[in-house]
Amino acid sequence: MTNSIITGIVATFDRDNIDTDQIIPTEYLKSIKKFGFGDFLFDGWRYLDEGKLDMTSDDRSKNNDFILNKEPYTNSTILLTRDNFGCGSSREHAVWALRDFGFKSVIASSFGDIFYNNCFKNSVLPIVLTKEEINHLFKICSTSPTSLEIVLVNKNIKCDDEFSYFFDVKESLLDRIINNLDDVDITLKHKSHIQAFEQKRRSQRPWLFDYSN
Amino acid sequence: MSFTLYDKLWNEHLVETDDTSESLIYIDRHYLHEVTSPQAFEGLRHKKIKPWRLDANVATPDHNVPTDRGNGFDVSSIQDDVAKIQVVELDKNCQSFGIHQFDITSNKQGIVHVMGPELGYTLPGMTIVCGDSHTSTHGAFGCLAMGIGTSEVEHVLATQCLKITKLKNMQVNFNGMPQKGVGSKDIVLHLIKLIGTAGGTGHAIEFSGSYISSASMESRMTICNMAIEAGAKVGLTGVDSTTLDYVKNHSNLSDEMFNKASEYWQTLKSDSDATFDKSISIDVSKIKPQVTWGTSPEMTIDFDAEIPNQEDVDEASYENLLLAKTYMGLDESKTLQDLSFDRIFIGSCTNSRIEDLRDAASVIQGKKVSRDITEAIVVPGSGMVKAQAEEEGLDKIFIDAGFLWRDPGCSMCLGMNPDQLKPYERCASTSNRNFEGRQGHLGRAHLMSPMMAALTAINGKITDPSL
Repeated sequence: MTNSIITGIVATFDRDNIDTDQIIPTEYLKSIKKFGFGDFLFDGWRYLDEGKLDMTSDDRSKNNDFILNKEPYTNSTILLTRDNFGCGSSREHAVWALRDFGFKSVIASSFGDIFYNNCFKNSVLPIVLTKEEINHLFKICSTSPTSLEIVLVNKNIKCDDEFSYFFDVKESLLDRIINNLDDVDITLKHKSHIQAFEQKRRSQRPWLFDYSN
Repeated sequence: MSFTLYDKLWNEHLVETDDTSESLIYIDRHYLHEVTSPQAFEGLRHKKIKPWRLDANVATPDHNVPTDRGNGFDVSSIQDDVAKIQVVELDKNCQSFGIHQFDITSNKQGIVHVMGPELGYTLPGMTIVCGDSHTSTHGAFGCLAMGIGTSEVEHVLATQCLKITKLKNMQVNFNGMPQKGVGSKDIVLHLIKLIGTAGGTGHAIEFSGSYISSASMESRMTICNMAIEAGAKVGLTGVDSTTLDYVKNHSNLSDEMFNKASEYWQTLKSDSDATFDKSISIDVSKIKPQVTWGTSPEMTIDFDAEIPNQEDVDEASYENLLLAKTYMGLDESKTLQDLSFDRIFIGSCTNSRIEDLRDAASVIQGKKVSRDITEAIVVPGSGMVKAQAEEEGLDKIFIDAGFLWRDPGCSMCLGMNPDQLKPYERCASTSNRNFEGRQGHLGRAHLMSPMMAALTAINGKITDPSL
């Protein structure tokens, strides 16, 4: 299965520094599963009450002013925001929550480093655009519900005939999303290199292997 | 050719680099805890893979453990059933995969970033990772240390490597000596105020300068710990005699091995003519005690300064300022000294080491926690810190003043255990993140040094530590 095109409605979050604690609060990190976090996405903004891991969206008192509680944004697949999205805690649960809600791409002027890496492990495409491009996108997408089309191989975002932007992303990272590749499988193809490196290290830096607890 | 410390560590651990600029980096030490590891172990089971090198891994439960455990407490005593499952899961995973764990009953258990260095698991020159963003702490030992996601935890367990892109180099020179009442926490908060929470994004920040040279390992750890709050997933400092003394006292290496290693460790500093992509110098003697007012660590001011208003920020930042002020309940307040506090938290991987507890205890001796404070807790970072503090009689000073003296864990820093703020409670906290809801639903956290937090406990308000 390949993911070559992302389309859908853009939800706008006109705010800098949205940290991973906002994307998914700590309470839900108690899960030992890798799926099922969509109902807790932006929990503190999306609901008026305090949630627990065993609750679903239907059990909760919703903040009707919040964008993801309004139609058609309940079906958004692209999130548009500003600077430093996903800063703070390394919790991959933040990406799992975005993915489980249905987001396939996040567009921002910058990202937290750890969050950015985590996205590629879960087929969520983080796209960096310039502040001017972000401003332009906000003007278009915050006035009325807007759909975008992202063509991954072309590294291109477009909206009908209104605009077309190119973005930069490392080929190997993009390839992981397009072809749903698993990092462990890729790395283990280099098993003999790692073994040789480790052997050399063991003789050069023996104290790293000497430690007894 | 000259190299920065980060370049040297990178080159030393480079297994392979491909033409797309992603590289395979060998990992020497992997710390694990209960929250970000279960899905990684599940991944190994699913793929039928065993950990690559067992002795590179060390685990402990810290994030969701209760801190009022007392004697005879074990995993079955955890009241929160969901948290209990996670701690049990760590026990089971460590047992079935053969990973060394300091479990909840161990007297060495603690916050992983406090426990690791003091037990000698962190050694200079290592690459160190953990599914926790504050792994940057270990950079204080001249290590390349960083937080990773759970998929990467699985990857490191399975391959002993990380597939990453090289960061840029940034240098922060802290020169001069701080004023009385000012310490490493104030200095790093001041930096974050200056460069912002994205100031170090994409960079490894090396901290250097005369202040760093004279600073203890505990202070260096506090600073490297909060590199991530400046956007840098890697923070580090060069190895010197302070580093080597600490390692000699905390590791189990034989003299012969230590001496052999020391020869190499002493090369772990940036070359004098190394170039950095970004550089900044700060005179620490001009820094006052720092306190955060808002919901991002960059929303920091001098403890006696006015809280920013609309006219103090550009138009683009106005919305952020307004949201933060509303959340923090600051509409009527001009300065932080106007605010009344409800709770005090002294702890976290930033400020729960012995030096932090000594600093806090030094300003409360013979005094009492203000009646306005409903609860003041001290959570030592580890069993070792707790024992050391008790040996020095610090526990008595805290207890006599009216503080609760707790057992080790992350506690209120992220409110994953029962130590949480109630809605609208205002807390003086020595932790690292003042994000909305981080310490409890609708709770309001102000970050500051252990000394400032202790003083706030006594006075119920932010006060001048020099008085």
